[in-house]
Amino acid sequence: MKWINENLYISPINTYIDPSKPVENAIITHGHADHAKPGHKNVLATKETINIMKIRYGENCAENFQELPLNRTLKIDNVNITFYPSGHILGSVQVLAEYKGEKINFTGDYKTKKDKTCENFEPVRCHTLVTEATFGLPVFQHPNEHNEIKKLLRSLQLFPERPHLVGVYALGKAQRIIGLLRQQRYDKEIFIHGALEKLCNYYIKENVFLGKFSKTNLKDKKEYQGEIILAPPSAIKNVWSRKFEDPIICQASGWMSIKQRAKQSLIELPLIISDHADWNELTDYIKLTRAENVYVTHGREEAIVHWCKMNNINGLALSLSGREDEEDL
Amino acid sequence: MRSFSELIDKLLLTSSRNRKIDVLCDYFKSTPDPDRGFALAIITNSLELKNIPISKIKEIVRENVDEELFALSYDYVGDLAETISLIWPYKENGHLPQISKMISILKNIKKDELSKKIQTFLSIANETERWALIKLISGGLRIGVSSRLAKTALAKFGDKKLDDIEKIWHGIEAPYETLFKWLNNLGPIPEIDLKKTFNPMMLANPIEENDFTNINSKNFVAEWKWDGIRVQIILNDFNIKIFSRTGDDITQTFPEIKCLQEELVILDGELLVGRDYIPMTFNMLQQRLNRKKVSLKHIDDFPAFVKLYDILYLNNEDLREKNWAERRTILESWYSKNKNRFFDLSKIINFNSWKNLAEIRKNEIIDDQHEGLMIKSKYSPYISGRPKGYWYKWKKDPKTVDAILMYAVRGHGKRSSYYSDFTFGLWDGNQLSPIGKAYFGFNDNELKILDKFVRNNTIKKFGPVREVEKTFVIEVAFDSVNSSTRHKSGVALRFPRIKRLREDKPTNEVLQLSEFKLEFL
Repeated sequence: MKWINENLYISPINTYIDPSKPVENAIITHGHADHAKPGHKNVLATKETINIMKIRYGENCAENFQELPLNRTLKIDNVNITFYPSGHILGSVQVLAEYKGEKINFTGDYKTKKDKTCENFEPVRCHTLVTEATFGLPVFQHPNEHNEIKKLLRSLQLFPERPHLVGVYALGKAQRIIGLLRQQRYDKEIFIHGALEKLCNYYIKENVFLGKFSKTNLKDKKEYQGEIILAPPSAIKNVWSRKFEDPIICQASGWMSIKQRAKQSLIELPLIISDHADWNELTDYIKLTRAENVYVTHGREEAIVHWCKMNNINGLALSLSGREDEEDL
Repeated sequence: MRSFSELIDKLLLTSSRNRKIDVLCDYFKSTPDPDRGFALAIITNSLELKNIPISKIKEIVRENVDEELFALSYDYVGDLAETISLIWPYKENGHLPQISKMISILKNIKKDELSKKIQTFLSIANETERWALIKLISGGLRIGVSSRLAKTALAKFGDKKLDDIEKIWHGIEAPYETLFKWLNNLGPIPEIDLKKTFNPMMLANPIEENDFTNINSKNFVAEWKWDGIRVQIILNDFNIKIFSRTGDDITQTFPEIKCLQEELVILDGELLVGRDYIPMTFNMLQQRLNRKKVSLKHIDDFPAFVKLYDILYLNNEDLREKNWAERRTILESWYSKNKNRFFDLSKIINFNSWKNLAEIRKNEIIDDQHEGLMIKSKYSPYISGRPKGYWYKWKKDPKTVDAILMYAVRGHGKRSSYYSDFTFGLWDGNQLSPIGKAYFGFNDNELKILDKFVRNNTIKKFGPVREVEKTFVIEVAFDSVNSSTRHKSGVALRFPRIKRLREDKPTNEVLQLSEFKLEFL
């Protein structure tokens, strides 16, 4: 990895991947705040990621934007850059960089499970894999997401008088939950917190089917009995949620598999739905890429590195700073 | 196991007390006997599966999961049952037996079948069932349901009085079929054998500053809160039974105590060791507790006796509805006829105002004998539990010492992601010597400060234990100090808790261990 350093800096082309501070050249894997920061000079990303950055940070959040479609190779000097879908959220990619015949793949955040709100994940062979490890412990084995959504629907039947407040990350998770509900033929109107509105509208513009939804307007408490309301996790914990009468507090996140953690956050109905790879997806993918070297960027690095050792793969933790578990808000 | 595991999962995640009661009622309604009875027993901690040690479960997991990966996971999750339930790598088809069947299988499991059976169960179960199964084996559910709450739910379910359930509770056992019959109005209230059954005790509330203005001293009496263990003594048919406050039968631990009565008499008192009714220290009483075998030498060195507080039954008559003053007269008259060296009356303290009582508390308290004062309404019936307004305890002021934080471990359950168990110490020369551990006394905000300090100032890790920079001073409150041969420092604190954070205080102002001993021992 001589031409790439531990800050995900590709030296031959003076370019960083998902830098945490403003730089001259940045490749952005996806629009989540811990990967996409404003203030770079030149940004290379998918069309969707660029649009999301503009929605979140304003039209001028970088000096120049360059779009690169999926599976198309861009040659910058003698480095080839190709984006492959990472299945994480709308517009998210893995970045394959090729230099003098050596292939390095940066997974960004990814999941291999199918998701109707974004392009599905595509595996890529490489010599070196730079992987995330948000759920890099064998205790994380995400269950089937449709069964989790059914739990929410069952609870609605059981408590038809209680509003169901679901904590979701505004970008990606919110739209996926709506999509999953629609797949279960839940065709009632879904209510959303104001913070989710712009991004939901953008997903619709990109032809993601979300059905009927509207912003909550809390004049009459009784109005939301038995309805589903999506809100950022921070909102379901603060005063905003107190406006509802006797709500059931739910949260959709991979962390919800840990009961004590759900209990601590006062979540009554945990929904284990994640946009990240779980332990099996992470380790299966490492095997599938046949990578000889694996660098772990953020999450539970120690366990993945240990697993690599057990499987005779060179593993190393990069411990990138500035990456938060976005699902952990 | 499915419905039981879903029940305890729901109970864990429900924070409202009333909703928990509803969840329990629903379960009692929809679950047949004997399953609901066994579930009740598990929730109220009335059923123990002692034959399968938790170390055996750990061993089974270790054989199937990489040790390092397990350690990292356990460290992250913080709860053993959860870690195992989530990490278990195998999945087999099948259904776990119902809870009652499961209990009988686990109870009768043969040693050589144990590993294989448990492995099969773990593989058949879903995550929640695995979690429930391990909780069942390891005991102590920690799902935020007290046995009082479960009984409250029973009362609601059957539309009966909670007090009636309390009265029979210790005389019935799993699977409680007669209880459910009665609750469903299909049978009479279960008959219990009064002669063998512990009656839940009446307990006191701590007195608050404004209580003194709200209650009239003329209606109250005071006595010492003796520093022993509270007991209930059942005399009948020339037999004696002694129960601890929690209903454990401890008769065998104190074989010397005797009193022959033909008809049923139930007494309430404080068990102490000492001679001529003069108590020795609690430390000495502890020499007699938790021993499987009682030697004559122990009985000689630390003879036991009881200071009597109250009487619940006399000659088969239930006195609990009478007021305290009447019961006291009855107790005194019984005592005058049945005086023996094992029983002494707890003396009544005369006082004419709260101010007067405060002076007595200040001047007459004997540190080694008294925990403080009890204040009882002359008109109080004997009610199980902690009813408001009748009995108060006025403990002596705690002692405090400033000590230095040394080690921390994460808590359990709700606190599993916080460093909340702390070891602290005093100077011994220029080294620190640990003198105790505390895991409460602080508020949520202080806990966050402590947790953050531990995470940012760890200098060494020993498994789950973190050693921290010796810079953080805490004020520790405690009830008393005993000398101890088991602790390196030579002292053991009783009831230590963290009273205040003293981040401002320099560590060189903390006492030397020798100074501490001089002052408190």
